[in-house]
Amino acid sequence: MALQFLRRGKIVTLGSFEPDQTLLDFLRLDEKSKGTKEGCNEGDCGACTVVLGRPQNGAMRYQAVNACILLLGQIHGAELITVEDLSEGGKLHAVQQAMVEAHASQCGFCTPGFVMSLFALGHENQKPTREDIVTKIAGNLCRCTGYRPIVDAALKACNTMQDRWTTQSAATAKLLEPLGAEDLFVSTGENFFAAPASAESLATLCQKYPAARIVSGATDVGLWITKQFRPLKQIIWTGRAKGFANVAANGDKITIGGGATYADAQTVLAHHFPDMGDVLTRLGSAQVRASGTIGGNIANGSPIGDMPPMLIALNAKLHLRLGNETRSLPLEDFFIAYGKQDRAAGELVWAIDVPKLKPDQIFKAYKISKRFDQDISAVMAAFLFTLKGNRIETARIAFGGMAATPKRASLAEQALMGKTLTEALSVSLIEYTPIDDMRASAAYRFETANALLRKALLEAGGMSPSQTRVLSA
Amino acid sequence: MMKLATIGKSIPHDSAELHVSGTATYVDDIPEIEGTLHVAPGFAKNGARGKITKCDLSAVRNYPGVLAVFTAEDIPAKNDCSPTIGDDPIFAEGHIEFHGQVIFAVVAPTRDIARRAAQLAVIEIATETPVVSVDDALKSPKPDLLDPYAFTSKTYAKDLKTSPIKTSGVFKIGGQEHFYLEGQVSYAVPQEKGGMLVYCSTQHPTEIQHCVAAMLGVDDAKIVCECRRMGGGFGGKESQAAQWAALASLAAHKFNRPAKCRLDRDDDMMMTGKRHDFEVAYEAGFDKDFRFRSVDVTFNARCGYSADLSNAICDRAMFHADNAYFYPAFKIATRRLKTNTVSNTAFRGFGGPQGIMFAEQVLQATAIAHGLDALELRKRNLYGPRRNETPYGQKVLFKDLVTVVNQLEKNSDYKKRRKAIDAFNATSPILKKGLALVPVKFGISFTFTQMNQAGALVHVYTDGSVHLNHGGTEMGQGLYVKVAQVVAEIFGIDVAHVDITATTTGKVPNTSPTAASSGTDLNGMAARNAALIIKARMAEVAAKFFKVKASAVLFANGKISAGRKSLSFAELAVKTREQRISLSSTGFYATPGIHWDRPSGKGNPFFYFAYGAACSEVLVDTLTGENKVTRVDILHDVGTSLNPAIDIGQIEGGFVQGMGWLTTEELVFDAEGRLRTHAPSTYKIPTARDVPEDFRVDLFESKGNEMASIYRSKAVGEPPLNLPISVWCAIMDAVASLKPRVVPKLDAPATAEAILRAVKSMGAS
Repeated sequence: MALQFLRRGKIVTLGSFEPDQTLLDFLRLDEKSKGTKEGCNEGDCGACTVVLGRPQNGAMRYQAVNACILLLGQIHGAELITVEDLSEGGKLHAVQQAMVEAHASQCGFCTPGFVMSLFALGHENQKPTREDIVTKIAGNLCRCTGYRPIVDAALKACNTMQDRWTTQSAATAKLLEPLGAEDLFVSTGENFFAAPASAESLATLCQKYPAARIVSGATDVGLWITKQFRPLKQIIWTGRAKGFANVAANGDKITIGGGATYADAQTVLAHHFPDMGDVLTRLGSAQVRASGTIGGNIANGSPIGDMPPMLIALNAKLHLRLGNETRSLPLEDFFIAYGKQDRAAGELVWAIDVPKLKPDQIFKAYKISKRFDQDISAVMAAFLFTLKGNRIETARIAFGGMAATPKRASLAEQALMGKTLTEALSVSLIEYTPIDDMRASAAYRFETANALLRKALLEAGGMSPSQTRVLSA
Repeated sequence: MMKLATIGKSIPHDSAELHVSGTATYVDDIPEIEGTLHVAPGFAKNGARGKITKCDLSAVRNYPGVLAVFTAEDIPAKNDCSPTIGDDPIFAEGHIEFHGQVIFAVVAPTRDIARRAAQLAVIEIATETPVVSVDDALKSPKPDLLDPYAFTSKTYAKDLKTSPIKTSGVFKIGGQEHFYLEGQVSYAVPQEKGGMLVYCSTQHPTEIQHCVAAMLGVDDAKIVCECRRMGGGFGGKESQAAQWAALASLAAHKFNRPAKCRLDRDDDMMMTGKRHDFEVAYEAGFDKDFRFRSVDVTFNARCGYSADLSNAICDRAMFHADNAYFYPAFKIATRRLKTNTVSNTAFRGFGGPQGIMFAEQVLQATAIAHGLDALELRKRNLYGPRRNETPYGQKVLFKDLVTVVNQLEKNSDYKKRRKAIDAFNATSPILKKGLALVPVKFGISFTFTQMNQAGALVHVYTDGSVHLNHGGTEMGQGLYVKVAQVVAEIFGIDVAHVDITATTTGKVPNTSPTAASSGTDLNGMAARNAALIIKARMAEVAAKFFKVKASAVLFANGKISAGRKSLSFAELAVKTREQRISLSSTGFYATPGIHWDRPSGKGNPFFYFAYGAACSEVLVDTLTGENKVTRVDILHDVGTSLNPAIDIGQIEGGFVQGMGWLTTEELVFDAEGRLRTHAPSTYKIPTARDVPEDFRVDLFESKGNEMASIYRSKAVGEPPLNLPISVWCAIMDAVASLKPRVVPKLDAPATAEAILRAVKSMGAS
């Protein structure tokens, strides 16, 4: 079987390719499409933004992604759209025309990426607000314009966008749907790129090839390739496995499938945990959230991932699967030490159960970073208070960025038990010895972690976020 | 003045349609010639300073596909890419002076092979403790990189001593990475007889030409450097493009095959220079009415390991230490410190912003310490009648400066908002607001007087189309379209018929860099002069044909007319050729009336000053230091605007870039001298969310530049970069609300962490 995707109206079939080839290299070096630019080669600037379309419920869903850290194999079954494709018969697309009229390009190097992000936005949201727009383009850096004209162009062009992709949506979806039915396994000798078509075959394959690298969004693994030159020659991609990316709110919990992207889970999570929703609008970028998965963020065990502290505070349960064997454990027990997780080779982060809040529970989360958007946190804090009146019955507190793993503040949790929210203001965190690095000093981390505990208590006591948070004021 | 047809119109950037379509060709997009090679630089992973004790490149050479590995000994002639004094080796020899300094380069048929092979070098350095920070350099027994320099008035010390009101302080100003979206790139194509055509993303094609010629040991005439456009420059491609052009040219020369060198982003950020960081120590004295009596300031600049442009940059910091204010007495001193870090370089503003930061810090701190309104203090100290001479002896035409500040005060509703903010702060325990209105005065011209010259080349074809070329480079600032507007205006034709062509040393030689905001001033004038020469010749032909005096011939709307008689521009071009008269001309321009005597510290280095003012409002979280700019009002003086849309783009873009410099953009070096923020994952330039929704930008309604600049316009590249100093001052203002008359200790950049430190420095509960 071969890699197949839709490109400029035709199904392209590639019988062989390097498993770790990036989509950007395919575009620029193989296809010689030079419109898509390389700015940083690590998914942080958005100059390489392209749009992938995938069928969903009989129509096409278009999402912007970073081509520089996306593997070529990850476009299997998708429609690939790049900046050169938008104009038709010499006439600019509405997004392009609006960008020209708003004087929204100066050096022009970031422009193709912005055009593609706005194209995706217009197809996703027919009436975007300014807030929607800045959230969607936060992963596109522009060093020249100061963004104002780009936002103006977006306000104009993304409003009720109608183009040939809108009109052909159902037909394209119909064309692409059959491409997903079979397992993909493209190999040369020992090397392979596999995209199992079902969760079951994914589990089987991962067990069969325990040395293979399991890749979901490649938003982290992509950098191992482009920056660290790590040889990744056996890759199992989870993104085509039917049933692996489900997100469902059932009974007293929300279940996030191991392959669900941030974008897949965002709406449900934001509904149940508004603070998590706020963090998710700033986590990575639209491009990263479209590719990256919550399961992947857990599996790679980063001490600075934003999801684990929130999920730990919420007492999330992790389900792992190796072949046909499944096991479950509290998420916090999964993180053993720096770079060490309780996961066997070939074992998948299968699903995460997040208990819904009970009426007497309050959840607060704070992401502290040098820049609001697309910045790895210096401190990520999450608090779950179970209250009886204004007294804290129990507290679950977890921090990211404060230790080698996402870590509970157990001593503070104990100290808070039984205190009123006012009495609780005297409690401080003592169990952390954070590090100095380029994101923040140890002193700032420690100081801010304590300030966030204070802020969470004040908010739990009724202070409005408009009085406590610069982004809510 | 005659009504202008093209000048003053908001014509889109000439490449706008190409940009949005992905068809604008940057150097890496040029279709590669068969056989193209790729070059990747290599450096010592460990070590910033010391002797190279081992350099084993065998694994690099043996990596499958590698064709060659070059080091210093492979350079045919001169191993240098310095823009000034010859202290920037293309390849380090014997020892290194900063982490990331290039020691070798790999040549391979693909970029991927070259990059992978470059990782395999085994290099050992006998590491000496590197001098990393300004503090390190001040403590180091080694001599400064370059001689100190100062503007000193005779009575400054006495006047300071006798001042009734005094203030003093020390604060830090961080550097800044350019973060042009297109990284450094050169593509060298060998020509016959040892020549080289170098496509380079550079602000200074002539310097590339010189560097490559000297490196290969051939005549300058053998080397042509061409640049159609850059994906951003900001000063970072003035001197910093040369090394990669040299590496590509070296490989192209050795193999007689085209060769490209495009830096990976991380390498780019480690290997190329940045904005200078400064530590500023000052004392200032005021009269009882809070007018400056005397200032004594020393700017300690981190220059990095080599001279590069540091002398001129530090000088410009001194030229702007007054910002918009009159200093009756002064000592404005600089030390140019050597550190074992990458050599700092030009960056939009070129030292000027750091100078202005000093003036604004003094006034903001003084206002806070004495419970005064900072704007009132600023207005009182503006240049004015009999208070109009800068420390370097140039007279300031201050009228527009004062008007800009007064108008913005009114437009921004400063007074009412000041009160509202004070009331908000009184009742808001965690979040505090701040407000500041800051003027900017920025000197326009290269202070190295001889650089203020430009050339252009204009051809008119017999179909009436025009080919325009000049020495300025396009980095997104809209230079090409502005100069095309000038030429279209002169010929009275539609700008669509003026074809703007790539900057190349083969058409216009001996150029200055496109820098110092001077691009349009210089090249616009040179192109104008070329067009005027051709126009005069064509007018003679038309006059003969119409049987009128040449002065009666009018060029407008694509027509050449005299009374009722008219010809199309194309018809006249045909007639001119028929008369065997040239339709091609060069044009040249040298800025008049400027001079500078560095030994005496006096002169008239600037053709004029550009003015502006910004009023910024911020919201600060005093628990975490998080902050947001919530509203910005700008009034900026571009004289008579050549193209308001382009000018507003420069103002807004400059503002946001400067805001990043002063807030989220932090360069972090570790004690070993390694830059830890060498990618956008760790170095944070503003995103769309950081720009206030309420962002009001107006062009000052000018009667035109007082000086005879191109159509009485004013340069706009660098001046707006200084406007966000108002953001920094507003943050000071917000933090100061915690405790009356206590000055927050705030360094730049005002990251959340720096702000929280400032909050702690207040000692408020």
